Amino acid sequence: MNEKRLLEEEKHFETMIAEESICTNENLVYEKPETLTDTPMHYCPGCGHGVAHRLIAEVVAELDIQDKTIGVAPVGCSVFAYNYLNIDMTEAAHGRASAVATGIKRVLPDKYVFSYQGDGDLAAIGTGETIHTCNRGENILIIFINNGIYGMTGGQMAPTTLVGMKTTTTPFGRDVEIMGNPLKITELIAQLPGVYYCTRVAVNTPNNVRKAKKAIMNGFKYQELKKGLSFVEIVSNCPSNWKMTPIESNKWLEEHMLPYYPLGDLKVPQNPQKAE
Amino acid sequence: MKELKLMKGNEALAEAAIRAGCDGYFGYPITPQSEVLEYLTQHAKERTGMVVLQAESEIASINMIYGAAGTGKKVMTSSSSPGISLMQEGISYIACAELPCLLVNVVRGGPGLGTIQPSQGDYFQAVKGGGHGDYRLIVLAPSTVQEMVDHVKLGFDLAFKWRNPVMILSDGALGQMMEKVELFPQMPRTNEIFPWATTGKTKDRERTIITSLHIQPDKMQEINLHLQKKYKAIEAEEIRYEMIDCEDADLVLVAFGLVARICQKAAQLAKEKGIKVGVFRPISLFPYPYQALNQLADNVKAFLTVEMNAGQMVEDVRLAVNGKIPVEFTGRMGGIIPTPEEILNKIEEIYVGETA
Repeated sequence: MNEKRLLEEEKHFETMIAEESICTNENLVYEKPETLTDTPMHYCPGCGHGVAHRLIAEVVAELDIQDKTIGVAPVGCSVFAYNYLNIDMTEAAHGRASAVATGIKRVLPDKYVFSYQGDGDLAAIGTGETIHTCNRGENILIIFINNGIYGMTGGQMAPTTLVGMKTTTTPFGRDVEIMGNPLKITELIAQLPGVYYCTRVAVNTPNNVRKAKKAIMNGFKYQELKKGLSFVEIVSNCPSNWKMTPIESNKWLEEHMLPYYPLGDLKVPQNPQKAE
Repeated sequence: MKELKLMKGNEALAEAAIRAGCDGYFGYPITPQSEVLEYLTQHAKERTGMVVLQAESEIASINMIYGAAGTGKKVMTSSSSPGISLMQEGISYIACAELPCLLVNVVRGGPGLGTIQPSQGDYFQAVKGGGHGDYRLIVLAPSTVQEMVDHVKLGFDLAFKWRNPVMILSDGALGQMMEKVELFPQMPRTNEIFPWATTGKTKDRERTIITSLHIQPDKMQEINLHLQKKYKAIEAEEIRYEMIDCEDADLVLVAFGLVARICQKAAQLAKEKGIKVGVFRPISLFPYPYQALNQLADNVKAFLTVEMNAGQMVEDVRLAVNGKIPVEFTGRMGGIIPTPEEILNKIEEIYVGETA
């Protein structure tokens, strides 16, 4: 039974790769950017965090700004982000990453500053800091990983947990009567004048990964212009706590998360200037 | 030439921050210390380019301090009791990550929302930790508007010397009252780059990680042992106190901050009645002058601790004295300042008891 499922998944993966047509020679060359460390990641197999980390590392390396970049890690699964990113980093208290990033950027305005936060961190305990940091138009990049669940603490409900979705604290599924609706914080944030760029991407397919990288790249480039805040939501998966295989989780993400959290730009610069 | 000015405590403190070359202030309004933020927003930027930001809460302020202090910049915040309570988690992180910064608590009466009148009810919180875990702040207790100025400079020096948060434990009366102060000359803002700071990883060094997360118990223990060793060194080097007329005193009043000045008046009134009373004023509340008090206990009959709280520092006086002589307490709570007369009454009560 298991073997059969594995074979099916392998086939599915192969088809996916073929469909995306990424099997060209130049893409087969793998190079680890120097902005990633050699530390093996603690993330569960198939988790989107590793991909998101790599994208940040690639962007910082490609823009050649390692010596000008300071990151802020949250509390949550990505609490150890600084173990993997070869970048100066500060580990914030739960929910406070955007305030910590504000402090850094205000005293070092010429550095590139980003925060990396999960849904519990950014949209539950840290909502106040998130809204006000965005509203002040802090010239930083906020990367928001939304997987609809608390990963680190073992699968509790997040503010972004979908209606009916089972977690350890919504064992019968999220009930709107009791817990309200999932919070679309990115839509809220896009309304704020201080926000220069706001977009939602995913890392569930190679094509989406490429788009996610472009969004992160934009976020770093816009800091150069000093126009305000860039906000990139990355819809991601949590195979362990969703209790699915990685491939099932990516499918589930496509079928359930993306209809509620549709991908695309929520706010783009009116007359985007060239950063270079 | 001396630069003398008549200034309100909170404004004098803010002026001192600008002159000390402070790089950034992050704060949130709360009575009785909002003048610090008001004064800085009005004067700081044009004079030194110092960053001044009104945050959305004290929680945000202290986390901005955490981020900014981590870059090696000279940063500070100020608040009053309920706001300082909100900051405790952040202060614990800063202490563990060993970042220098200056925190100012212009204490008001509590518990709860309490009153906006002066109090010393936050002694335990400031001196014994306040937030979670085993950590200490260096705590300075000014008793005059002049010391509100001097302790800013001293506070930043100590914070960077020991890479430790320093707290100025003031009170609502010191913050609001006006006195003559001598201001120190403007110091330049420095651009010193510290090896422990997050400034962007260059090729010639490893990346800097500022964190208080150490999952492995042996590593966490190592961090704790290191911190405790540092606190011991601070205790050996940074004790500050003042003794007034203690040489031939029968009774010594022990008080910090503003109350120490009221005690001086009470001691004067007692002398007029033929009672020899001295005043011992701890200036650093951590590290606490245990040894000096212990030695003093050999030469006097009793201590009377006077505080604007239910009796907090008196526990440290008793620890210092270790049963050698009686340690009495009198105090006022809820934002009421004790008068010299009521302290005198207590002195007479004890004096009669001790000489009977």
